[in-house]
Formats: sequence, C-alpha cells, structure tokens
Amino acid sequence: MRIPGAALFSSRYRLLQKRLHPITKEWGLTFYVLRHSKLAVIGGFIALAFIIIALFGSLFAPYDPISANIQDRFQPPSASHPLGTDTMGRDVMSRMLAGAQHSIKAGLIVLAIAVPLGVLLGGIAGLFGGWVDEVIMRITDMFLAFPSLVLAMAFSAALGPSLFNAMIALSIVWWPMYARLVRGQALAVRETSYVEAARSRGASNFHIMFKHILPNCLSPILVTLTLDMGWVITAAASLSFLGFGAQPPIPEWGRMVSDGRIYMLRAWWMSVFPGLGIMFVVLGFNLLGDGIRDSLDPKLRRLTEVTWKREKTSSSSTD
Amino acid sequence: MEAREDLLVVDRLKTQFFTYGGLVEALDEVSFEIKKGEIFGLVGESGCGKSVTATSILRLVAKPGKIISGRVLLDGQDLLEKNDHEMNSIRGSRIAMIFQDPTSSLNPVFRIGRQVGEPYVYHQHRGKRQALMDATRILAKTGFPDADEKARNYPHELSGGLRQRAMIAMALTCEPELLIADEPTTNLDVTIGRQILDLVKDLQREFGASVLWITHDMAVVAQMCDRVGVMYAGSIVEKTDVRTLFRNAKHPYTVRLLRAIPSAAKSAETLEEIPGSVPQLIHPPSGCRFHPRCDSAMDVCSQVKPLEIEVEPGHVVACHLFRGKGKVT
Repeated sequence: MRIPGAALFSSRYRLLQKRLHPITKEWGLTFYVLRHSKLAVIGGFIALAFIIIALFGSLFAPYDPISANIQDRFQPPSASHPLGTDTMGRDVMSRMLAGAQHSIKAGLIVLAIAVPLGVLLGGIAGLFGGWVDEVIMRITDMFLAFPSLVLAMAFSAALGPSLFNAMIALSIVWWPMYARLVRGQALAVRETSYVEAARSRGASNFHIMFKHILPNCLSPILVTLTLDMGWVITAAASLSFLGFGAQPPIPEWGRMVSDGRIYMLRAWWMSVFPGLGIMFVVLGFNLLGDGIRDSLDPKLRRLTEVTWKREKTSSSSTD
Repeated sequence: MEAREDLLVVDRLKTQFFTYGGLVEALDEVSFEIKKGEIFGLVGESGCGKSVTATSILRLVAKPGKIISGRVLLDGQDLLEKNDHEMNSIRGSRIAMIFQDPTSSLNPVFRIGRQVGEPYVYHQHRGKRQALMDATRILAKTGFPDADEKARNYPHELSGGLRQRAMIAMALTCEPELLIADEPTTNLDVTIGRQILDLVKDLQREFGASVLWITHDMAVVAQMCDRVGVMYAGSIVEKTDVRTLFRNAKHPYTVRLLRAIPSAAKSAETLEEIPGSVPQLIHPPSGCRFHPRCDSAMDVCSQVKPLEIEVEPGHVVACHLFRGKGKVT
C-alpha cells in the first residue's frame, strides 16, 4: 500500500539528514572519543547513577528517612539495614537515597546562579575594557582573595543557616571564577579580525557579546561546569557538615557525616557511607569533565578521527 | 570624469597612536577625495598608513590610536562628528569594508550564510530566515557554485578564494555607497586574485559604488583604479589619474617606486630599489618625510613640510621641487 505524500516526506527527510550530516558527524566523533576514554565512561556512569538516585531515590527507600525509630538505633550494617542505622534508629541507606536530591539541587542551583552572573560580568569586562574592566575585575579579585569556603561560611552565617541560604552563599563566591574565565576569552576574541570585521559591518557591542564572544567561550565553560558540579556538591556538603547548610532532619549527606562524627568509634557506618557517597559523586563528575575536555580538544579529536573512520569502514565492510 | 561629484572627502586627517614607545604619527594630514562611481587606489609600502586611513574613515582605529584632527565627509556629512549609534548604522550599510585576510575575518563558529546575512539583520531588521535567503542570493551573485549548499558550510570548509567571495558578498549586502578594499588579493594566489579583481570591478559597475582600493601592488593599481594616491610614511605624496601616474609621475618617491616594479623583462641585477628603509613613525624625519632617501633633496626639504601643488589639472604633488610650478591646493 502506498501512503500518499510518503515519497515527498522521505525525500525531505533525506535532505534534512544530509543537511544535518556535518553536525551529526561531529557528535558521532565526540561520543566516540568519550567512549574510548574508560575513565570518562566510568565517570559518566557514576554521574548518571547519582542523577537517577536523586530523581527517584526516595521512592526506593525501604524505610522512612525522617521519623525516628529509637529501638533500632546504632544497628551495624545487616541484611535488614544494609548501611546500618543512626542515633535515632533511621536507616542510613534510606536517608542517603532521599538525600541525594539535596546535593544535586545544591549543585544545579549554585551553578545556575553563578555561571550566568560570572559569564555576563566577565564578558562585559573583557569586551569594554578600560575602567569597566578595572572595576569588575577588582571586585572579582576581592572575592577571590578569600578562601572560597571561608567566605561562603561568612555569607551563610550572615543569611542564617539553611540549605537555601547556603546555596546563595556558594553562588556569591562561585561566580568570580567564571568571570575570569570568560574575561580572558573575551579579551582574546575582542582582538580578532572577525570582530573587527563585524564592527565594520555595524555590529553593536550587544551583538558582538552574544554572537561572537559567548559562542567562543562555550566549550571552556562547559568543561569547567562539569568539573565544578562535583566541587559545588562538596562545598555544599562541607557547609552542611559545618552546620551552615541543611538543618536536621533534612538527610543531606554532609550533614549526615557531621552527625555521625561523634559516634565514629561506636558507629563508623554513620559517617563513612555518606562520606563515600560524596567522594564517588565528586570523582564521577570530575572524570566526566576530564573526558569532555579531552573530547573537545581539537588535536586529540583529529588524531582519534583517523581510527574512528578506519573502524567505521572496517565494520561496514564486514557487515 | 570631471563632472562627477565627490562622495567621500578626507580632509587633513591626522591619526596618532599613543604607544608605550612614544607617539606614532601614523597619518599626517592626509587629504583625498573619491568621486561617485570611481575606484580610488591608495598605494604605498607596508606601514605607510594605508590601513590606518581605512580604519580612520570607519572610525575603528584600535585603542591606543586616536583621530586628532581633520574631517571625513561622506556626502557632505562629517563622520567624525557622528555619535556611536549613528556610526554603527553607517558601517556596513553606507560604507562597507573587505579585509585582507578572509580566513581570520570570518568567525569560525558560524555558518557562512548566517554570517553573510548579519548586515541585513543589523541594518534592515530582517528576520533570520529572510536574511539567510537574501544572503544565499548575494553569495550566488559573487560566484558561489551551489550557494544553497555552501551557505550551510563553516568558513574552514571553504577555499581561500570562496572565503574572500563571501567577504565581498557580506560587504555588498546593503549596497554600500563606498566600499573599502584593504588588500583583498594579498593572501590569494595569482589566478584567484585575478578572479576577485574582476568580480569586484563587475559588482562595482553593477551597484554603482565607489571603491577605496588599498594595495601595494602597482599591477593591481594599473588594472583596477581610476585615480591613485601614493602614500609615504603617513602622508599622500602624489595624487593623479592612473594614466598620468604611469606615464608622467612627478614626485621623486613615485618615480623610484615605479622603477622598482619587477617585470619579466628585467633581470634581478637591474632591479632598482629605493635606498634606505621606511622611516620610524615615532620620530619621523622633519620636513618632507622622504628627504633622507631622496636623490633630489634640497636644504628646504629637511625643514619645511611641502605643500600640495597642483602641477596640472587633477595632478597633485607634495614636493618642494615643484614650488611655483602650479597652484597650491
């Protein structure tokens, strides 16, 4: 049976495929490079597992992560409580499954505030130069002069201890790094002849910022973002550990490490498992970030392209 | 020829660069005019201020540089008195520029079609889709084979000749009255360069634009230009039509420059050169800037900057040798 218009549709589809080919080809290579870096694959799996746990973890928690159950306190890891129980008899595994969302929320919100702020300020500083650059970058230097965690502690102490305030505090200390990154890139792009050519065509500063400078900053931002995801999660956990972030009974991982540390000798599982969780998540995001950086490195790309093409032709000939 | 009116008048333009090494007097009272529909050539050695003249007209002189004095009149309006916003609406729509190196003048992360269509978006506020269609049309006009497909390519996927065609297409999008071409054939090989010259000449006739053609190549001047200004160390030493330049050059620098053109008939031993080298513009020679290298230098040359003298109609020379032999302009 012939469907009317099918021929037209399929020819259009083929045209679309052909037009998209340069893009999809590059994606294919990107995935190939990523796939062939074992560490990046491992990192990707850890990050993916973490995100899945954050999204659905509380559904799988066998016990209530919040309400106390005093007769079961300080249970060592066993079949009924795989990761043991804490001072209130709450199941550590259930708490960790339910708490993953707070870590990822912290990471995402902090980066969602800090990155656009830093990119915008850095871009403006780099593009306009002169006194605008001086003012913005000196403020940036002021922020960078303090150890970031100490400064974040100061801000969250001033705002009052809660997970949300900890995120605000971290965003305040996190943007300067992005401002620096983008400013450096903007300074380089500003001097290129294609920006001069764009100006000769009557492009405004706004156009130059959004059409020339930002697209050229995209890949370093992407890499830093992935690497930072892990660090922000650690920083949020650290703030909670120190009592500035999540307040009880929120099952935040850093808070759980902190709660367990007094019982370290009696009930080591209370601190060790959330601590290991934090470590793996940070490791996962860092490995993934490294992998993404490698896959975006043009030199490595061109080297790998050769083997990629060879593999593709050999697999298609054996088919 | 004589009846055509002036489109662009550059009047005693002075541009200086405030560098750490000192004050660079890049342009020292440069004056010339371009008539409507004319190709005006600006020739000179590297570093004599040709490109600075172009960027000064567009008011895009890079940071330590500044236009000190003078006037740039486009159709009688002084561009140096416009504000930034007015200037942005002139760049790309009334004055457009073709750059020397198409490879670095195209943003590597944008497709050709989108980049060529940019001026439509800036100046005529067309939608992206419409701009892309119009860009494709103008690309076809500049001799892109299958412009539809090529408009989707990234700059690195095109050859040097095609990239320069794309730059020309981009410059012509808004049908500018003045096209500034800054050595557009320098980075291309000779045959492609020739095609580009023909293309610009054809399109210039079609659009009726005036062209400021900057080059150091006398052969290109002979092919392309109607009138020529010869620059030396930041000033124009001689202005005339192209026939007079090659038959009856007056200024000692122009004469030596013409004798230094290599040709197949001359052997390497007989190739003449101008003694000395291009002067430093931080401490330029006093008086006439050419006097340390000039055969016919007199005492007055090192003391007084020569005035521009019109030795015959349309032929202006800035040299003390011709004092009293024509009208001072």
